Amino acid sequence: MAEILTTADGRPLKAALQAAQARAKRRAFWLVAPLLLFVLLTFVAPIGQMLVRSAHNDGFSAHMPRLTAWFAANPGAADDAAWEALALDLQDSAVAKTSGIVGTRVNYELSGTRSLFTSTARKAKDFAPPYREALLKADKDWDDPALWGVMRQVSQAYSGNFFLAAADLARDADGTIVQVPEDRRVYVNLFVKTFVLAGVITLTCLILAYPVAHLLATLPMRWSNLLMILVLLPFWTSLLVRTTSWMVLLQQQGVINNMMVAAGIIGEDGRIAMMYNQTGTIIAMTHILLPFMILPLYSVMKTIPPSYARAARSLGATSWTTFRRIYLPQTLPGIGAGSLLVFILAVGYYITPALVGGASGQLISNLIAFHMQDSLNWSLAAALAAILLALVLVLYWLYDRLIGIDNLKLG
Amino acid sequence: MKLKTALLATALTSAAFAAQAQTLTVMSWGGAYETSQVEAYNKPFAAAKGLTVNMVAVDNPATPIKAMVEAKNVTVDVADVEYADAIRLCDEGLLEPIDASKLPAAPDGMSAADDFLPGAVTECAVASIVFATVFAYDTTKFPNGPTTMADFFDLTKFPGKRAMRKGAKANLEMALMADGVPASEVYAMLETDAGVDRAFKMLDKIKKDTIWWEAGAQPPQLLADGEVAMTTAYNGRIFAAAVAEGKPFQTVWDGQVYEYDLFVIPKGAPNKDLAMEYIAFATDTQRLADQAKWIAYGPARKSSGALVGKYNDGKTDMAPYMPTSAANLTNALASSYDFWVDRDSELNEKFNAWLVAN
Repeated sequence: MAEILTTADGRPLKAALQAAQARAKRRAFWLVAPLLLFVLLTFVAPIGQMLVRSAHNDGFSAHMPRLTAWFAANPGAADDAAWEALALDLQDSAVAKTSGIVGTRVNYELSGTRSLFTSTARKAKDFAPPYREALLKADKDWDDPALWGVMRQVSQAYSGNFFLAAADLARDADGTIVQVPEDRRVYVNLFVKTFVLAGVITLTCLILAYPVAHLLATLPMRWSNLLMILVLLPFWTSLLVRTTSWMVLLQQQGVINNMMVAAGIIGEDGRIAMMYNQTGTIIAMTHILLPFMILPLYSVMKTIPPSYARAARSLGATSWTTFRRIYLPQTLPGIGAGSLLVFILAVGYYITPALVGGASGQLISNLIAFHMQDSLNWSLAAALAAILLALVLVLYWLYDRLIGIDNLKLG
Repeated sequence: MKLKTALLATALTSAAFAAQAQTLTVMSWGGAYETSQVEAYNKPFAAAKGLTVNMVAVDNPATPIKAMVEAKNVTVDVADVEYADAIRLCDEGLLEPIDASKLPAAPDGMSAADDFLPGAVTECAVASIVFATVFAYDTTKFPNGPTTMADFFDLTKFPGKRAMRKGAKANLEMALMADGVPASEVYAMLETDAGVDRAFKMLDKIKKDTIWWEAGAQPPQLLADGEVAMTTAYNGRIFAAAVAEGKPFQTVWDGQVYEYDLFVIPKGAPNKDLAMEYIAFATDTQRLADQAKWIAYGPARKSSGALVGKYNDGKTDMAPYMPTSAANLTNALASSYDFWVDRDSELNEKFNAWLVAN
């Protein structure tokens, strides 16, 4: 047996070393603690809250406690106790001014029922037994079995209904999952369109950025600095300014169309619609996201010694072969990083498509904003956002499997 | 001890300072409409009370209210919203109730309850104006311009790009009226699936030539830029561009959809009582009539009607530009909040699906 090494004060060296390292680690942790806290508060907590909201909506259950309890206890059709619970809950909600919240929650699943709740609640203070007759006198729609089916569904605060809605699905009266009518299907198509458009934008960015990044990496310093400023200047300019400048350029009465008309390329009637459609979204977003492609590419290309390509040429390779076999493979980490960055940014882009996209250039983020700001259906907005987040994560995972995240080089 | 005194003194002075510089924040729609409110309400109120009135402009003031109240971070005292939104927000408990007894009577002594137009004072809201969604066109493009709602949807007779508000409200009504449905039957028809389909079929006709606007200031801009030949718009915005800025815009009143704009107080507003004072001040007979000096929206009080005179240029008579003038009401529709609080989410979903489908 080897003798155990000890420090001067007699402790085993291994333990002393571990204690010292643990101390250093604790100190290091306190250094990063502010950042950790910041990330938790501004990133993890809001996303967590969003995920909870997408599956949790207590608009009905919190304000209709009696009926919710009845639904939990009784699987069958409405009996006298259920009508009584409904009438008393409506009475309370009229006092607490919550009938609108309840009505809104039910209205998400069954359109046209919101005012049934608010108008009945206004009459609710005079309700007396028998409650079924009193309610039916207030509004005969209360007898609708579909309404009771929906009330049973929404009485559960946690449900996947908003995810179903985000996938253009719904539950019918007996709980089977069905597709919504064709004229109301919007989200699945829009998800597909968002990913296709983001792909197109990533590709155009790559094609445009590759030669620019190569020039940046190979030109003499004073020229490359000037070029770098040209790349960075728009990057530092406000997003809104860049988007509105594109509006000035692309309008039908805008600079580009005017110039083409003046040059006789197109007639006055033939002005091209380059804005308020997909074309506008692609042009403006390509320009805005271009630096995110150029910079990673540049940082990779900068490190490639020119001697490799020279060696290949001197060994008889054509310039195309040299590019394909020697240069391109070495730039792959930059291509991967730039593409991933641009694609993920493009998938979640909001302001540019909202301004220049018109009807056909809208992305899924515009509908998320619509549900956040206009329809105020935050649960649906959260479900859509959660799906978007999940799809991006899947993409990231795929990228990791195919190319490897270790090969990513951001600069 | 010294420190304590110093702290106390600082606290007291800052409290005094805060009281002195009291600000009331009003959230409205921006543009020419905001100007009219600043001139007719905010300036006199600020002068009378010795405080500052701030104006915040958004696309639709109803939308930030829910976020503010839920986050318990209400930064505005008064908001200016549409009827359906006022009812909806009130039902959801997001607004402070209005004390109607604080509203001043008309100069001739008629009580506020009788003086306001029917439905203009609700549990949580007080109407200030009647505005209309109309359509307008560029007279340089159509010298013998369109005269009916049907013309807006007629691309062969009146070729050129159109613009409409991005949303179902008012567009569906206008589409049905353009298709020959009498105003009185529009909402009954929209209750049925067939009626909604009929409205969307009408919109299909102009879909590929239409740009969709969101802020009220956009349509006059689109017309002025020549981006569109015709657009739906809030009537006051077109008036402001045509009369104040001399743009060649003509309003077509056929098929107008009119409704109230109302003042509300978000729940938990920082200066609740002051907000109520502001609303009472702004909706008195003279103030409502004054606003019409700045924009062509009809006052929500009967007694104000007689006081409406000329635009602030001193020569333009306002009456022909008001949505409530008899001549402008021959084929007009009162927007139904009953309909829209119920159908809003369904029809907007349908509208969005229709919009993104090719």
